[in-house]
Amino acid sequence: MTDTQKTAGEENGEEWILRLYVAGQTPKSLAAFANLKRICEEHLAGRYKIEVIDLLEHPQLARGDQIFAVPTLVRKLPPPLRKIIGDLSNTEKVLVGLDVQPRK
Amino acid sequence: MHNTEQPRRSARIELPKSPTGIQGLDEITLGGLPEGRTTLVVGRAGSGKTLLGIEFLVHGALDFGEPGVFISFEETPGDLVSNVASLGYDLNDLQERNLLAIDHVEVSRSDIIETGEFDLEGLFIRLGYAIDSIGAKRIVLDTIESLFSGIANTGILRAELRRLFFWLKDRGVTAVVTGESGEATMTRHGLEEYISDCVILLDHRVDDQISTRRLRVVKYRGSVHGTNEYPFLIDEGGFSVLPITSTGLTHAVSSERVSSGVERLDAMLDGEGFYRGSTIMVAGTPGTGKTSFGASFVHAACLRGEKCLYFSFEESPDQIVRNMQSIGIDLASHIESGLLKIHSSRPTMYGLEMHLVMLIKQIRERQPRVVVIDPLTDLIAIGSTKDVKVMLTRLIDYLKTNRITALFTHLVHTRENLAPSDLAVSSLIDTLIYLQDIESAGERNRGLYVLKSRGMEHSNQIREYRITASGIELIDVYVGPAGMFTGTARLVQEAKERAEAEAMDEAIASRQRELERERSIMKARIAVLQNEFASREEELQRMIEAESHRQRMIDADTRAIERLRKADAADNDKQVQVRDAGVER
Repeated sequence: MTDTQKTAGEENGEEWILRLYVAGQTPKSLAAFANLKRICEEHLAGRYKIEVIDLLEHPQLARGDQIFAVPTLVRKLPPPLRKIIGDLSNTEKVLVGLDVQPRK
Repeated sequence: MHNTEQPRRSARIELPKSPTGIQGLDEITLGGLPEGRTTLVVGRAGSGKTLLGIEFLVHGALDFGEPGVFISFEETPGDLVSNVASLGYDLNDLQERNLLAIDHVEVSRSDIIETGEFDLEGLFIRLGYAIDSIGAKRIVLDTIESLFSGIANTGILRAELRRLFFWLKDRGVTAVVTGESGEATMTRHGLEEYISDCVILLDHRVDDQISTRRLRVVKYRGSVHGTNEYPFLIDEGGFSVLPITSTGLTHAVSSERVSSGVERLDAMLDGEGFYRGSTIMVAGTPGTGKTSFGASFVHAACLRGEKCLYFSFEESPDQIVRNMQSIGIDLASHIESGLLKIHSSRPTMYGLEMHLVMLIKQIRERQPRVVVIDPLTDLIAIGSTKDVKVMLTRLIDYLKTNRITALFTHLVHTRENLAPSDLAVSSLIDTLIYLQDIESAGERNRGLYVLKSRGMEHSNQIREYRITASGIELIDVYVGPAGMFTGTARLVQEAKERAEAEAMDEAIASRQRELERERSIMKARIAVLQNEFASREEELQRMIEAESHRQRMIDADTRAIERLRKADAADNDKQVQVRDAGVER
């Protein structure tokens, strides 16, 4: 894969909206956020937006995205909706889950 | 403890319970599910787990002022609402009134990827949010095992489930958790490991194409509970369990009497009829009029203004009404006035137990004073002798406890001997009336006798009865030196006797007439003799008169001669004296 062969999203100038559901500032949620930030910077620099939702503050929002585990990462855009649960420590799995082609 | 008299006993605190409001279940669990704890309801698909959960919440909300949360892992709220709408529960209304909250937790592995550490805090937050939003006291998780299909990391899942149940206990909500029955373990994923307070097993078995639902309280920590398997019913009124056990032989009895509806039958029963609250069986061979006896009894009860419930397993209500009309029993008017309800169902519709649950449910709803089951035989036919006895004992105990007078009809096939199953049943019966065909001289007649009747002096006589256009009519059978006769033979025998009596009367009359004639002959003879006597007397008189006349003639002649002879005076005086004496005589 060359530099010109970027992800489909990049070519289309598509915006990624990622929502991370956490429950308080637990080590797991902090780790998840840090991992997500790193992955996005690496693979989706400039094209992503991360919303962090703390369910302790907004419990009513858990229902909308069918959240039962935390942390849960939801890919709101581009469609289809995808969910990854866990602290996102396995980058490869996260990339597969988000359907992001890794940058070489 | 201030009471030192009985420190041990007063230290025992009754476990607080949360009533389910489900008919029968609260009786089995002696009050309901353990309050503030978690109850596991286990059953196969379609065994009624979800419904039990819904009823627990609906009754809690409507009857006990405890709002509830339903967390569905399988059905969507829309499906749930429409599924239970047929049972008369309006979940939307309850949600609007903040008595119920439904949350659907969708778990599907296909769109979920796991990576790294996580926990189920999200679920906890959702539960907590739902509970807090309406101040719920009850919660149902149906069925939480779905999480196992959505989460691959069972290590985390199990740890979280354990935490969840502790958390529920901490929140102080009374929880019902449903689980699918597993092969080796009680539930497919071993939920029973986490929930140890109360476990209820629902079972749905099909024997001989007849399904029976049964419920069993497997364990109930800290409380006594009924341990049997109890049949239960799910129908348009929801969930109801038959909790009756055969332990209760403590019902109060009544010495009040009720009429059987057949006047002369009452006369055979000590002159007053059945005891109120007793159990009566009318057993008979086919075509002996068992239904007519049942209808007469109901008719009499309705005329007394008592509510009646008539269960028919052979005829439809209309058919019974029509047939009884033909013997002068107007059941239609009682149905119209609301006193009588005829409930017809086919015996093959459910198993024996389900029938009894149905019977008891109906009785409970209607609270009748008189119940007729016509015939009991059909129920007996669908169970084994043992089952029948157990279930009938439950039914009869229930009826007796509620002081309901019950009349069962029972079809017997053999004329002389009762079958073993009949005997098993008959020991539960207080008054057993036996209807019998009596065949003789080319015709069939009906005879009735009271085989037994507990607690009263009853007639030992066989009565013939006829079903006429004006009801059942009992007649004395002819019992005489020539044997027992019924029907036409009785009439013939009676006519024969009448003829004999008439002949005897005739004989006496003719002897009387003969005597009368003899008397008149005798009188005639007397008259003849008297006449003869009188004529002889007359003759004698005439002779006397003739003689005296002759004497006078002689005297006259003598005087004439004397005058001629010129006799002296002295002689003359003598002559006069003689003449006077003759006149005097």
